[in-house]
Order: sequence, then C-alpha cells, then structure tokens
Amino acid sequence: MSITVDRKKLSFLERTYIPQIIGGLYITFRNMFKKKVTLSYPDQRPTLPPGYRGAPTLVKDGDGREKCVSCQLCEFICPSKAIRVTPGEIAPDGKYSFIEKAPKAFEINMLRCIFCGMCQEVCPEKAIVLQNEFSLTGLSRAEMVRDKAALYAAGGTMPDKIKKWSRVKSNAELERGDH
Amino acid sequence: MEEKLVTVNIDGADWRVPCGLNVIEACKFAGVEIPHFCYHEYLPVAGSCRLCLVTIGTPARDRATGELIKNEDGSQKIAWMPKPAIACGTKVCEGMHVVTKSKLIEDCRKGVLEFLLLNHPLDCPICDKAGECRLQEYATAYGRGESRFIERKNVKPKKREIADGKIILDNERCILCSRCIRISRQLVGRDVFGFTKRGSKNEIAVYPGEPVNSNYIINVVDNCPVGALTEKAFRFKMRTWFLKMTRGISAESSAGVNTWIWSRENTIYRITPRENREVNDVWMSDSGRYTFGKFQSGERLTTARIDCSESSAGYALTRASEILGLGSVAIVASGYQTLEELYMVRRLADTLKARTYMVSHLRDSDDGMLVSIDKTPNLRGGFVAGILKTYPKGDLSDLAEKVRDGSIKTVLCFQEDLLSLGFDAKDFKKANIIYCGSLDNACAKEAKVSLPLPSEFEKAGLWINRQWRLQAFDKAVEPPEGVLADFDVLCAFGRLAAGEEYKTPSLGEIRSEMSENIKILPSGCEVPAEGVVIDSSEFANVDFPETNALHFTKNVQQ
Repeated sequence: MSITVDRKKLSFLERTYIPQIIGGLYITFRNMFKKKVTLSYPDQRPTLPPGYRGAPTLVKDGDGREKCVSCQLCEFICPSKAIRVTPGEIAPDGKYSFIEKAPKAFEINMLRCIFCGMCQEVCPEKAIVLQNEFSLTGLSRAEMVRDKAALYAAGGTMPDKIKKWSRVKSNAELERGDH
Repeated sequence: MEEKLVTVNIDGADWRVPCGLNVIEACKFAGVEIPHFCYHEYLPVAGSCRLCLVTIGTPARDRATGELIKNEDGSQKIAWMPKPAIACGTKVCEGMHVVTKSKLIEDCRKGVLEFLLLNHPLDCPICDKAGECRLQEYATAYGRGESRFIERKNVKPKKREIADGKIILDNERCILCSRCIRISRQLVGRDVFGFTKRGSKNEIAVYPGEPVNSNYIINVVDNCPVGALTEKAFRFKMRTWFLKMTRGISAESSAGVNTWIWSRENTIYRITPRENREVNDVWMSDSGRYTFGKFQSGERLTTARIDCSESSAGYALTRASEILGLGSVAIVASGYQTLEELYMVRRLADTLKARTYMVSHLRDSDDGMLVSIDKTPNLRGGFVAGILKTYPKGDLSDLAEKVRDGSIKTVLCFQEDLLSLGFDAKDFKKANIIYCGSLDNACAKEAKVSLPLPSEFEKAGLWINRQWRLQAFDKAVEPPEGVLADFDVLCAFGRLAAGEEYKTPSLGEIRSEMSENIKILPSGCEVPAEGVVIDSSEFANVDFPETNALHFTKNVQQ
C-alpha cells in the first residue's frame, strides 16, 4: 500500500535559496578561525589515551627474563588465529631452569591481528601486552610476521608487583636450615 | 546369570541399580556425578581423597525385633548416618538413601578441595595436564574459588625422571591419591611407587636405582588425576585443548587395543588408550603409544616411482596396470591392510586370476596383557576375506622359488618388504615387482613401480583382532601430498588390467557389498563402539599362536 506524503509548500524567500546559502557560508567562515583538530601526520604524532590497544608485544620482567611460559592460551583465544606458539623446555643448567617452560618460537602475524586485546586479557603471566605502536608497515607478507626476537624488541620490560616465579624454598632446603 | 537389582533412592528419586555397585557407580545410573580423585573403576578402592563424601541413610529397624520403623505419617523412617561417608567405599543395599546435593556436601567438597590446593603450585600454565586435570575441573566446579592460605607453601621436590626415563614425577603437584601405586601393582605386578614421609611432607617415591622394566608403566600418567606424573615424550609438546581426538585401533599387535589418536593440524602428538571393557579396559602398552613415529620420519614414501626414478602417480598407476595385464601375477597382501582392502585384494586377485599370499609377523612372545606375538593388527582379516586358509608362514620363500623358476612374472606387493621375506635383489630383475605401501623401505627402492599409500592413521577401516572382534577405526589425519587412496589403486588395477568398467566404490558401498558376500560379517559391517565378535567356527582348525592374555582365552569364542 502506497502512502502519499504532502510536501511543505515553500515560501518565496525559501525558493530563492539565499537564506540557506548565507547560513552555510556562516558555518564555513566560523570554522576558519577556530583551533585545528587535524594533525600533520607523520610529522606530528597523536597523544594516545591510556589503555590504547596497539600492536601486541612480548615483555620481560624486572629481572630481564622472559615472562612467557608458552601456555598457548593466547594462541587458543586469538579470534583471528594470528598467534602461533611453539613450546619448549628451558635448558636444565640455566639460572631459571626451575621455571621449566618457555616458548621455543613465538610468532604473531600482524596482517591477521585485529588488535582486540584478547591475548593480553587471557595471559596468566602478563607477558603479552598491547602497547602504543599503531603504524605497522612491511614490504612483504613474511616481513609482517613478527618472530620472538622482534616481539621482545618491541615489548621491552614491564616489572610485576607479584613475583610469581621467584624461587620458593623446598622442604629439603628448609630442613637443611637454608632459611 | 540374571543381575540382582536393588532400589536406591538418590536425591529423592528411586533407581533400580545392580546389587554390589558402589555409590559412585550407582549415581552414574541416576546421571549424578560424584567428584572423586582416588577412586578408579578398574582399581581397588583406596578411599584416600575424601572428595566423594555423600550422606547415606538406610531404613530404620527396631533393634529388638528387626522390624522396620515407620514415621508418624506411615512412610519408612530413614536412619541417617551422623556424618557423611565416602561414596567409593560404600556399596548399595536395598532401600538405601543417598543425598549428594546439600549444603553439608557442598561444604565438604569445598573443604577437601581447599586442603588439596593448600600446597598445590599455581603452575597450570606450564603443566601438561592442564585442560584434562581433574583438580582443575573440580576446583572450578566445586571449589571455593580463592585461597585463604597466607603461610608459606610446603614445597615438595619438583621434576624428576622416573620409570626408565619415560615419566616425569613432580611431587609438588601430587594429591596423594595412590592411583599410581595401585596401577603399578595391577599392571606391573609389583610395587613401583610408594608413599614416604608423613603428614604434610608425605610424598610419592619410587625405589631408587631399580629399573621398572615394564611396558605398561605409562598407564599411570593417563590415570593420574593431576600433573604429578607426565609423559616425557609428550612433555611440553602441545596443550591438550588444541588436540582433536580420533577413534583408533593400535596396530602394534593382534590384541587390537582401542586408542584415541590426538592430532592437531595433521600432526599426531600422542596416542592414549580408549576404554573398551571387552578388549583393553582402560590400559595400553607403552610401545603402542609411539607407533605413529615411523610415519612421521623421513622413511615415508610420498612419490610414485618407475624404475627407481620419480614419476607422476597417474603414470605410475597406468604403468603398473599394464604390467599386471601381462599375466602370471602373484599378490602379496598384508596384515596391516584393513578388512575392506583385503576384500578388494581378493576381488582383484579373482579378476587377474592371481594367487594371493600373506605372511605372519611373529616376534617376541605374548606378554599376557595387550601385546601379542602376532605384530599385525589384521591377520584374521585375511582369513575372513578368503585370502588365507591356513596360518601363513613368516616368509615368502615359496613365492620366491616360483619367481626364480619363472612361473610367476609379476608380484604385486602391499605394505610388505619383500627383501626381508626371502627375496633377493636378483629376483627383482627376474620378475616385475610392484610395491604399494606407505613406507619407503628397501623393497620400495628396488621395485619396478612403487606407489605411495596412506598409513593406518590416514584412513578409516575395520580390523579383526585376536578375539575375532571386528573393530572400526577412523581417519585421524590427511595423508601427505602425492599419496593415493587405497581403493583408488585397487580399483584402477582391476579396471586397467582387465579392461573392466568399474568405478571406485565408497567405503560404505564396499562394506555393504562385503557383508553381503561374507556371511559372518554383520549387515552393512556396522560395528558398535566396543566392536562385535564374529563367528569364527569356520577357522576353528587353524592354529593361531596367541596365548592366553587379558580378555583373551585361546581357542574359546569370546
């Protein structure tokens, strides 16, 4: 069923369009003398708000050791399947060998990443953090896949309040009196 | 024998359950889950974890007369036990009342879990058990959610290699359920694990310096409710939630152990036992867990070859069919092939008027458990398919003689390595050898034509184990690029060699055709989860070498 909508009858002044043109030009001129809201990117850089979700990176703890224990929860949660972790064992002779597990390889495909921040939210070790980097470029697809070294280079260190993985004295040590 | 049933009231509803069950099993009938760590269906009851506490009552009786006491409203009075009791150690009896959902029971579970978690490390992110850990599951479902413990945790010894380096023992995570102690008593036949120290320092230990020397010790890993015992070969390989489980049958021997094949993105990571109370209960051998390794190594045949140089699969198939068309053919089938393939081999042999051979692979001896002397999973399939009438020999010297005297000019061989079965390199010049198989063995390297076929993990099929039990398995992973499907190869041979027109049938078509032609198979070859024992009276006079073992008695139809 069709409905006929009655058009408003325009007055003489309205039919000349002159008030509308003057009104439009008023907005144009008013904004010419206001403060600019655009930036001359890339010479000028925006200030990012706290909690900004840029590129995901891997971070180290206050002691400079890798926080990631390759639990692969980020790989599991990632909705765009951008993350690929290969778990590995820490060599038994190392200083932190009691942590047992660390990633052998860690790759994030930045072409797939949608910056949702799920990986950061799910990480039990606070090892993967979305930081401020937002401009990512590359000349090939392979270049856009960040490996473990690149992710740590982009991440830096981020000390925690709770040192969950600091060494706890075992019963045997306590019995020997190593308090 | 008819089972005696008793009436048990579970959470207010009456259920008829078999007499002699314990309360955990009876509650399974009612669809009520009772959380438990130490109780295991196939092991003796220990009653050490105390998680399965329930309130139990029985009909009240007058002590003097033994008569039932009624309530004022005429209903039966229930004499409730003053304290909760463990469901695993309590057998059901007539008129028993069980309460599993109450404030008291909830508090009991919370309390037990809080005690278990006091000293449990928070290392789920690195623990291989995470994702299939009972403690994780129950702590989420029944626990209190947060810890009130502020004192120093009691730290037991961490990582230690035990059981000849097959298992990693992490005492920190142990909840002292004693399942490993009971499993090793049952499967190894002696004590391997034991408790040492007392109170909160109580821990699981193994006898130092003594090799375990058992092929069944990894079963303790499958049945450890936490990550205290983990398998070294699977350590830190992949988190369990990524892995897809596929129904498999172990190809290790004719025992036909039911397995789960755990794979991710076309890579198999581990094999664990699958429950089948008629075959393997919930156990499997350690050696059977690594059978996928040989197909992941470089010894895999992935390209077709003609005269030892690589060729396209289609061309090699045509060439092989031309050779088969020349006549005087012998076909060597294998106990590693599925029943469907053996049936198709039989059909091909009829088309080509070829003689068929099979060999037995007898090695070591029966261990009385789940590894038999016959190392092929489907030798009995050869009997059912009509390829075998008597028990085959361990080599093919008869066939080799026929090749040498010139009466056989072409040998079509499936999966077997002819060079280790009585053939010489000279015989490969004398006759045309066509090899179809998944491994790049010496025979594949020497043969006139070699065609790559899928491994047992890359196809679905039926196998018949030593009990004459027909069991089905599914395809776990896709074959590598270049590998041909078994039925395509078998049908192409028949078609091209005989000039006959028949298209490649589907698995379902082959199964229904097979069940029509072989009367002892169930209709459509439909097999229930626990398999189906077929009538083997036809082969009663064949002397099979397997001896008595778990769920298997020689010469007795199961």
